[in-house]
Amino acid sequence: MDLARTEVADKAVDKAVDKAVDKAVDKAVGRAVDQARTTRAGSAARLGLMAVPVAFFGVFFAYPVAAIVERGLHVDGAWRFGRILDVLGQSDIRHVLWFTVWQALASTALTLLIALPGAYVFARFDFPGKQVLRAVVTVPFVLPTVVVGTAFLALLGQGGLLDELWGVRLDTTVWAILLAHVFFNYAVVVRTVGGLWAQLDPRQEEAARMLGASRLAAWRKVTLPALVPAVAAAALMVFLFTFTSFGVVQILGGPGFSTLEVEIYRQTAQILDLSTAAVLTVVQFAAVGLILGVHAWTVRRRESTLRLVDAAQTARRPRGAGQWALLGGVLATVVVLVLLPLGVLVQRSLDTPDGYGFAYFRALGDADGGTFLVPPIDAIWNSLEYALAATGIAVVIGGLAAAALTRRAGRLVRGFDALLMLPLGVSAVTVGFGFLITLDEPPLDLRATWILVPLAQALVGVPFVVRTMLPVLRAVDGRLREAAAVLGASPLRAWREVDLPMVRRALLIAAGFAFAVSLGEFGATVFIARPDNPTLPVAVARLLGRAGDLNYGQAMALSTVLMVVCAAALLLLERMRPARASTGEF
Amino acid sequence: MALLELDDATVRFGGRAVLDDVDLAVAEHEIVCVLGPSGSGKSTLLRAVAGLQPLDGGRVSLDGRDQTGVPAHKRGVGLMFQDHQLFPQRDVGGNVAFGLRMHGASRDEQASRVRELLALVGLPGAEHRAVAALSGGEQQRVALARALAPRPRLLMLDEPLGQLDRSLRERLVVELRELFGDLGTTVLAVTHDQGEAFALADRVVVMRDGRIAQSGTPLEVWQDPADEFVARFLGFDNVVPASVTGESADTPWGKVPVPAGAPQGPGTILVRPAGVRLVPAADAQLTCTVAARTFRGTHVALHLQPADAPRLEAACALREAPEPGAEVGVAFDAAEIVVLEAGPAS
Repeated sequence: MDLARTEVADKAVDKAVDKAVDKAVDKAVGRAVDQARTTRAGSAARLGLMAVPVAFFGVFFAYPVAAIVERGLHVDGAWRFGRILDVLGQSDIRHVLWFTVWQALASTALTLLIALPGAYVFARFDFPGKQVLRAVVTVPFVLPTVVVGTAFLALLGQGGLLDELWGVRLDTTVWAILLAHVFFNYAVVVRTVGGLWAQLDPRQEEAARMLGASRLAAWRKVTLPALVPAVAAAALMVFLFTFTSFGVVQILGGPGFSTLEVEIYRQTAQILDLSTAAVLTVVQFAAVGLILGVHAWTVRRRESTLRLVDAAQTARRPRGAGQWALLGGVLATVVVLVLLPLGVLVQRSLDTPDGYGFAYFRALGDADGGTFLVPPIDAIWNSLEYALAATGIAVVIGGLAAAALTRRAGRLVRGFDALLMLPLGVSAVTVGFGFLITLDEPPLDLRATWILVPLAQALVGVPFVVRTMLPVLRAVDGRLREAAAVLGASPLRAWREVDLPMVRRALLIAAGFAFAVSLGEFGATVFIARPDNPTLPVAVARLLGRAGDLNYGQAMALSTVLMVVCAAALLLLERMRPARASTGEF
Repeated sequence: MALLELDDATVRFGGRAVLDDVDLAVAEHEIVCVLGPSGSGKSTLLRAVAGLQPLDGGRVSLDGRDQTGVPAHKRGVGLMFQDHQLFPQRDVGGNVAFGLRMHGASRDEQASRVRELLALVGLPGAEHRAVAALSGGEQQRVALARALAPRPRLLMLDEPLGQLDRSLRERLVVELRELFGDLGTTVLAVTHDQGEAFALADRVVVMRDGRIAQSGTPLEVWQDPADEFVARFLGFDNVVPASVTGESADTPWGKVPVPAGAPQGPGTILVRPAGVRLVPAADAQLTCTVAARTFRGTHVALHLQPADAPRLEAACALREAPEPGAEVGVAFDAAEIVVLEAGPAS
C-alpha cells in the first residue's frame, strides 16, 4: 500500500542523494576528512537519533532471531548445520516447502492477472467515485488476516453463501486461499503499478505513434518497459506477503495446506518440537532475506529516468464500448472480490437462528466459561489498549529512525534503512516465537508483563511509520530551516516552526497505519498474548476453532467489529492524506 | 568603520577553496553587489556572513565584532534566498511576521509592521493570501518584506531577481534601488547578471574561483575591466593577445591604437564594440565580411570576419547596418580600447 506510493515519491530524492553519496566516495580521502570536519556535529546528532531504534531492534528483533538460530542449530555445545538438511529431508516438511512456494507463485500470478486491469483503469480513467473506490480497494490490505480468513469462510466455507446457494464449498480446496490472497493484495498491485502508470507521460506514447508505431507497438515499446520494474516490485511484494501468509492459511487451509509459517506455528505450539521449528524459521528467514534483496535490487533498477507528470492530468473519461466494458469489468471485480466477502461477513454476523438481529454481538458480552476466561467483548478493549501502546512505541522508534535517515550519509545508514524493513517480511510467528524463548529471564523477563504484546506489534508497525515519514521529512527543504534561522529562530525553534507543521500530518497517518497493523497483528500475538487477555484476532481464531452456531456467529460478529474499526481508521487516513505537497512547486 | 568586514575569509569544500582569502568591507548604507559566474563562491560568501556556513579560516565581523561562533539566528542579518524559501504552510502575513515573532514582537506590533511592509513592497492587503498562489514577482516581494521586517542591520540578497522574466527584472531592480536608498538599508547582493549588478550597486565586486577579481563602482569596472576574465564575463568578446609599443599595439587584427600611458610589452587588449568603426575602404585598417548581425534594440551588433584573424564584434547604428555577406572596412578608436592587466587566462 504505502510502500508503493512512498517508493515512487522517494525516488527522486533517493537518486539525488545516492548520486551525492557516490560522488563523495569517489573523491580523495582528504575531501572526506574535510567533509567529516564540517558535518561532524550533524553526524553525531544522527548517531544519537539512531541509537534508540538500533537498541530497540537489537533487543527485540536481532536477539530473538539469533536465539532461534542457536536453538535450532546449536545442539549439545556444537553447531550442527547438518540439522537443516535433516529437517528438509523429511517428506512432510518438503511438502510444506513445496506448497508454500507454489501457492505463493499462484497467488502472485492470479493477483497480477486480476489487478493489472484495475491498475490501468485507476491510472488512466476518470470516473465518478474514483477516490472512494480507490480507498475501498485499499481497505482489505489493512484488514487483519483473521478477518480476511473469516470473511472467505463465510463466503466459500461450510454453510457459507456458495454452499447455501449452490452447494459449492471451496474451503477444502486451495482456491479459498488463493482468492483470499488476491483479495488481500489487490491494492498492492493497483497502487504500486497504477501509481506509476498514472504518472507516465501519455505524450511519450503519442511521440512513438507519430514516429509510425501502431497503438499496440507504442504501448509495448514505450509504456511496458517503463512499467516492468513496478510490476516486478509489486509481484515481489505480493509473493513475499503470500509466502509468509499465516492467518489466512491457518483459517482456510485444510489438512495438507500448510505454509512454512503455519508449520512453524504447529511445530512450536502443538507438537512442541522447538528445534524443527527453529530450523524452519532459519529457512524462512533466508528466503525472506533473498526476496527483500531482489526487491531492493528492482527498486534500484526502477530509478531509471522516466518522464513523470502529475497524475491528475493523465486520466480522462473512458471512450468507446471497449473502454466502458473494461471499466465495468474492473468495477464488477471489485464488487465480487472486495465488497462481497465483507458483505457476507456482516450478513453472517447478523443472521442468527431466530432471524436477523444483534444476538451474536450481545453474546460477546457473556463469559461462557469454555472458550474464554473472560467475555469476548473484553478482547476489544485489550486490542485497543495494546494497539495504542504499540502505536506509541512504533511512532517514537520509527520517528527517530526516520529522522536519522533523513539525510543519508554512507553505507552504515543505508544498511540501517534495509534493516528497518526486515520485520515487514520476516514472519510474525518468528518474532512471537523468538519473544517466547528469549524474553523470559532477567533482566528481560517480560513474559508476565502486558508490554510484551505491544512490543511485538510495534516491531511490525515501525516499517510503516518509517516509510510514511521518510519521504515527508526528506521533502522538507533544509533551506527553509536556514531561512528561519536567518530570521532569528534557534535550531529547536526552527524545527518546531518549519518541520513540525509539515510533518504533523504524516505523523498522524503513520500512527494510523501503525494502529491498524497492530490491531490486526495475529502471528506474533497468538504466541504471546496471555489466555486471559486475548486480542480481537486471537479471540476470533479461538471462536472459529470451536464448533457450534453460537461460536461461529460470535466469530463473525467480532470480525465485523474489527473490520469496521480498521476500515474506519483507513478511510480517515485517506481523507487526511495531502493532495499534493506544495513545497517548492513554483 | 565598516559595518561588515571579511578578513582572509576562507571556506573549503573538500580540498577546493570555494572562498579563498577574501577581504571585503561594506560601509553602512552602501549597496555592494558581488558579481560572478556560477561556482565562483558568491553564494558561499553570503552564507558565511549569515552564519550558515562555518569558515575554515579568516573572520567575519559585524560592527567591528568578530562573529566566529555566533549562530545564524543571533547575527541580526537578513538573507533573501535565491528561490525565496517562503514557508509554504503560512500565508503571506505569517511569512512576513515570522522574524518579528522570533524577536518577540507583540501581536499589534507584528500586524502594523506587516501592513507597513506589504504596502512598501507594493502588495497592500495581501496578508491572508496563500504563498503558493503568488506569482514569481509577488513571491519576490513577499520574500523581501519578510527579510526587511526585523530591521536587519545588513540585508543580503542571493540572486534576488534570478527567476523572474526580463521585463519584470528590469523594473524591479529600479524599484529595489530606490527602496534601499529611501530606507538607508545596507545591502550585500550577489548575482550573475551584470546588468542587474550595475543597476543596483554603489560598488561592484567581481568574483572568480573564490577570489575577488575586481572591485569598484559600476562605471570603473565597466570602463576599465581589470583582466581578460572580467572583460569576457562582462560580455566583451574582442579580447586578443597584443604587444604594445608606444601608442599602438600589434594584434591579429593588425596595428591598433591604444590610449597614451598604456603598459608596454606583451599583453592582452580589449576593443569595445563601439571602438570598431565602419569606414570607407580607403580609410580601412582591416577588411572584413559581415558574418551575422544581431538586433540589440538601440543598435545592431555585427559579427565581422577578417580574412585570417579572430572574429570581431562591432556596434553600429540601426540604419547604417550592412547586410550579412557585405564587405566592410574597419578602423579602430583608441578611446574604446583597454590594455588589460595580465590575469590568469579564462
